[in-house]
Amino acid sequence: MAARTLTRIDLVESMTRQLDIPRQRSSDVLETVLKTLSQGIVEEGGAKIASFGTFVVHEKGNRVGRNPRTGEEVEITPRKSLSFRASHILKNRLQSVKKAS
Amino acid sequence: MTRSELVEKVSAHFPDIGQAKIDQCVQHIISEISGTLSKGGRVELRGFGVFEARHRKPRVGRNPRTGDQVQVPAKYIPFFKAGKQLKQTLNDNAE
Repeated sequence: MAARTLTRIDLVESMTRQLDIPRQRSSDVLETVLKTLSQGIVEEGGAKIASFGTFVVHEKGNRVGRNPRTGEEVEITPRKSLSFRASHILKNRLQSVKKAS
Repeated sequence: MTRSELVEKVSAHFPDIGQAKIDQCVQHIISEISGTLSKGGRVELRGFGVFEARHRKPRVGRNPRTGDQVQVPAKYIPFFKAGKQLKQTLNDNAE
């Protein structure tokens, strides 16, 4: 298993190095990519990134929940949730993990 | 939204960098995430969400057509959990 979690810093670092874009610009591009992708998901109800996967917004209806501590019934208002369906290409790439770990 | 629409919209913000280079950036980000997941790792992008490789135990499955039992081996699957901020934006937009 990879020991460490990949974060923005790592992405900015590798963009700076491999794509020869100044650090600050790399960071700006990354932020804009994430912001634009988020907007696309929210406004269009999803986003499809070829060879990676699809983000899908699901509309959840009204339902009755229960406060697990008090047992009190509460109404859960309709909301939206986001799921990610990985492409077959990505799923297949994870097949090698079990051998490695 | 598709990958190419994403590239188009992002490059509108960076006239100095150019669309081809932004395309490379998007490709780079995707392949870094995929690469990390394929090593069993985790990618945390605060505000957006977390990608991780989740373990699935081996199980006995069935061929739905024939009813035959088949062993499904343990595996890792890509999983994404939306971040707080993204979830909020999603639901602010609703009303």
